[in-house]
Amino acid sequence: MTALTLTGVGHAFFGRTVLSRVSLSIRRGEVVALVGPSGCGKSTLAHIAAGLISAREGRVANHYRRHAMVFQDPRLLPWRGAAGNIAYPLELSGMSRRERDLRVRQSARMVQLEGQDLDKFPVELSGGMRQRVAIARAMAIEPDFVFFDEPFTALDVALKRRMQDLVIAAARHNRFAALFITHDLMEAIRVAHRILVMHHKGQGLVGERIVDGEPGNRDDASIFASMQAFLRSDIAFAHVHDVDERRRT
Amino acid sequence: MVGFVGDRLGRLGRFAWSGWSGLAAVALLAAVWQAGHEAYGDFILPSPMATALAAIGLLAAPENWTLLLVTMRRALSGFFLAGILGALLGVIAGYAPAVMRLSRPLLTVALGVPPIAWIVLTMIWFGASDATVAATILVSATPVVFVAGAEGVMTRDRGLDAMAEVFGAGPIRRFLSVGLRQVCAHLLPALALALGTSFKVAVMAELLANAGGVGGALARTRAMLDITGALAWVMLSVVALVVGEYGLVRPVRAELERWREAAQPWGVKR
Ligand SMILES: Nc1ncnc2c1ncn2[C@@H]1O[C@H](COP(=O)(O)OP(=O)(O)OP(=O)(O)O)[C@@H](O)[C@H]1O
Ligand SMILES: [Mg+2]
Repeated sequence: MTALTLTGVGHAFFGRTVLSRVSLSIRRGEVVALVGPSGCGKSTLAHIAAGLISAREGRVANHYRRHAMVFQDPRLLPWRGAAGNIAYPLELSGMSRRERDLRVRQSARMVQLEGQDLDKFPVELSGGMRQRVAIARAMAIEPDFVFFDEPFTALDVALKRRMQDLVIAAARHNRFAALFITHDLMEAIRVAHRILVMHHKGQGLVGERIVDGEPGNRDDASIFASMQAFLRSDIAFAHVHDVDERRRT
Repeated sequence: MVGFVGDRLGRLGRFAWSGWSGLAAVALLAAVWQAGHEAYGDFILPSPMATALAAIGLLAAPENWTLLLVTMRRALSGFFLAGILGALLGVIAGYAPAVMRLSRPLLTVALGVPPIAWIVLTMIWFGASDATVAATILVSATPVVFVAGAEGVMTRDRGLDAMAEVFGAGPIRRFLSVGLRQVCAHLLPALALALGTSFKVAVMAELLANAGGVGGALARTRAMLDITGALAWVMLSVVALVVGEYGLVRPVRAELERWREAAQPWGVKR
């Protein structure tokens, strides 16, 4: 059963093509990582798949109930406390106040936000806490598909690991499928079942690898070994860590 | 609930405490005023004390209350009209670039015409009535509100809009839950400004159109060279404006900007 299928998707901003001929499909409960250098069109693809931008060409078909998204920046409403932010999508879905409070507490507990922090405004929270609120907000509506758009790029290594573990646990527990965008290959190997590599100018996908084992069961040594193997055996992966796309014209 | 009330009471207390600095400023003004009075004498500048007593004396007469209330009513109705119209058009212009481009030159024209010219025009159109005052306020206060409304929409955080859309908010829901708050942050300072403009223009229009109210009373004191009376009326209209601002605009603003206050470091609460 597929949750999301993109066929021949392409897009252009003001006549400049940034994405073309991208096809992919994600099964139910499958976490797929999408990697590629900066500026290759990963965010654009996620926005198209989530319906925020309408694609100029190609088709998007989704078979999931409801989706959520964790953006690169937390995108919290600054005038609402943490709890109010987590509750926001629940309000949009018209849930009763009692049920909302319950869900907010549940999903805050999942990201280890304590009672007191829930009343704080985003400006009073640390960067990591804000990102955790954003994750809790996405999880609160119990989505069966989640878009992660480089959610942990701004975080330090230790916090990043904790957040990744959190996503792995949540994906297991709630059984959602996900498109996890990142340009960190290690991160991709840790959280995903499958990794897709995007062409550096967005002209389709150039590589695909299935990662052995289940996310969460892989130890650091095997993750590192997989990364080395991918980088050695597949030239598509070699470009992923090139940050500056202008150097390769 | 207790927390809600407690929080408000706490802020009210802090606000009352900040009243001391306001009082200090008033005392400073009074001191300078007194010095001017002692230098130039009673005829040019009556002492602050005499003016305050005259103002209190004015308030003793019920017909003066009516005059004040007439001016306040005109100023406030003009203000509400200008506020609603300006905010509405501003928000529309913010979302529709075509409307914005159309209204920019109109705005320049409207801002370029001095309020006094509008008073002459509206006097010809409406005579010495409430409509003259209201129309003058409308044309002089609306542009400020309009610009703030449009600015608020155009500088909104589009990322938040996208977030709301991802979680299933339609355009109206998005505006109400995400856009409106950001527009208000721009709108409220402009509304405070518009309220001040409304009072000033109301008094001016009344004076020139001889339409009663505080402006009419000022015209009378001028005719009788009653400097103390004139200053007393000025004092009363300033007090009325302050009451309007602190009773109307400030509470709304404080409620909407609670999170901004939370962002301030300790000890720098203003
Ligand atoms: N709103 C926009 N208007 C015009 N061009 C845009 C817009 N958004 C993105 N682009 C362009 O589209 C290209 C792809 O952008 P996108 O944000 O999808 O890259 P990305 O792969 O997500 O990069 P990163 O890893 O740095 O986030 C870039 O060259 C960018 O300049
Ligand atoms: Mg991106």
